[in-house]
Amino acid sequence: MVLVLLIVSLGVFALVALLPGDPAVAILGEGHPASTYDDLRTELGLNDPMLTRYADWLGGALTGDLGRSVVPPRSDVSDRVVSALPVSVEIAVLGLLIALLVAVPLAMWSAYHEDGVLDRMISAGTFAVLSVPGFLAGLLLIMVFVNALDWFPRSEWVRISDGDLLGNLHHAFLPALTVALVELAMFTRVLRSDLIVTLREDYILAARAKGMPPLRILFTDALRPSSFSLVTLLGLSLGRLIGSTVIVEYLFSLPGMGSLVVNAANQGDFPMVQGAVLVIAVIYVLINAGIDLSYGYLDPRTRKAHV
Amino acid sequence: MSETALLPAAPEAPAVPAARGRSARVLVLSIAGLVASVAMILLSASPDYFVTTLRLVVAAAGVALMVVSGSALGRQLFGPAFDLSFWFSVAWLLLLGLAVTFAPWLPFGEHLDVANSLDQPINASPDPFSANPLGTNLFGLDLLARSVYGARSSLVIAVTAVVIGTVIGGAIGMVAGYFQKSVDRVVGIFTNSLLAVPPLILLIALATVLEPRIRNIAFALSLLTIPGMVRLARATTMLYAPREFVVAARALGATRVRILFRELLPNVLLPIVSLAIVMISILIVAEASLSFLGLGIEPPEPTWGNMIAEGEGTVFEDHPHIVLVPGTFLFLTVFAFNLVGEKARRRWDPRSVKL
Repeated sequence: MVLVLLIVSLGVFALVALLPGDPAVAILGEGHPASTYDDLRTELGLNDPMLTRYADWLGGALTGDLGRSVVPPRSDVSDRVVSALPVSVEIAVLGLLIALLVAVPLAMWSAYHEDGVLDRMISAGTFAVLSVPGFLAGLLLIMVFVNALDWFPRSEWVRISDGDLLGNLHHAFLPALTVALVELAMFTRVLRSDLIVTLREDYILAARAKGMPPLRILFTDALRPSSFSLVTLLGLSLGRLIGSTVIVEYLFSLPGMGSLVVNAANQGDFPMVQGAVLVIAVIYVLINAGIDLSYGYLDPRTRKAHV
Repeated sequence: MSETALLPAAPEAPAVPAARGRSARVLVLSIAGLVASVAMILLSASPDYFVTTLRLVVAAAGVALMVVSGSALGRQLFGPAFDLSFWFSVAWLLLLGLAVTFAPWLPFGEHLDVANSLDQPINASPDPFSANPLGTNLFGLDLLARSVYGARSSLVIAVTAVVIGTVIGGAIGMVAGYFQKSVDRVVGIFTNSLLAVPPLILLIALATVLEPRIRNIAFALSLLTIPGMVRLARATTMLYAPREFVVAARALGATRVRILFRELLPNVLLPIVSLAIVMISILIVAEASLSFLGLGIEPPEPTWGNMIAEGEGTVFEDHPHIVLVPGTFLFLTVFAFNLVGEKARRRWDPRSVKL
């Protein structure tokens, strides 16, 4: 894992460091005396060999210093990341929560009434939702809930730290719903097919024969052994989740990591892109490692299997 | 793994011969329903006849009628196993492919040069009975033409990227799966590193550096497909490498290259191709997202993503068709590739990989 992170950091660094053109000219614009460019190059460390620069950058990153933006007002990359991260995390977590809260009952209903009318409609509906890109879904939601019905505000953000939790949720709901849609469809499909297999097991039949109510069977007996693929999927969908959070933040103009990266990319602000991408990659790898560890809890058989 | 997984899917149920008289009635009814549904959709698309809410209702009813009568007609003609959505997807992809290939010779409105669209109405709503059947944008450019030319860049980019990714990723995966040991370990670290950055973030980082041209974007997107391809090719190769026919070939003195190409490749090919079809739809979405964010192909050159971005802000409050027209193209195409790919995968993939 450490090796992977090291390669990623090298990749992120090399990608931008090999950028054609002179960053100093890009920052200052043309028509300054040559010494001005030289000073800036020295300040940015561009005159050093690449490995030295990489070592410096990585050393800084490990101590929480990701350098400074090259776009005026040349703010500190770490500061910007720290202020943007909570917004993205909130949207992603809320989206995931909505997706799970909707997907679990939907999948249960579907699996319990396999091949019923509603089951088929849910299957068709989720397949269609999977084909709607996040930004399109977001625009459609805005069209209906903001423009036509005027239930939600657009493009303002209330921070939780302001103490206005309800206002914060009110602003976060629509972006979170947009993020949730695709995940919801994915989760429902996977959980449904696993539940159908589990419901055919003998111990479910035994529970039914004992006269246990269906809801109790579904929640206490069937859900845990069926959620194995769902957890794997959770790890795999994390990349997509981060991607759709980026899009949604851009769409709703939320001050999160996504807007940070996209704006920086549009302005050619390479230290900002490097820093933000590195932070996202580290978080991503860590969460995936955490998910690998959770298998042992879900299915005791895997505890010994591979370490 | 058993060999049963490789057998083609169970033969479809034989067509039940329906009673003659009833068959003719259903035939006539379903054709009539199909015609009526097309008329309803056309009427609802045109602004002249109904108010907005009624247009939505009529359009939805038209689509529903089309689905019902279409599948009735299909079952009548091709037997009860007829899958309407699959054939609809195939038809849509064929139609789109034809339109894209012959776009320069089709009687479309202006799609690119603002100077030629000065006499056209701006932000015109779709009207199937006018010169701009799907309406125009802020510069009076024809949305149908732009959607088709947008399909051109989207499809060219996605297909090129998938081909590059499939060839490179497939080759690396097969080599890793066949030789294993240290080769496999190095390849594993390489793919894990590529997978350690979320796809869209990787794309954005690449877009910061690369100039937004079709070639560069196709290259960036192909990087997204490589890890998945490597994993699938590796796993499938490992599945076949210990099998008798490979052992026999080796015992007969076949070279490694020959074994890889003549014995393993034919078996690895089908699962990989079915994954590639699904990948196309993922890449179309990725490309559209990138140009929606303003990091892909730049306007006025149309792509679905930057066409949808034109409606951003307050434009689409008054003119929803600016978003809805390219959005529908995007949705139908992604849906079609998903459906066809899913079907191919269910049939050809010995182990179901979830991406």
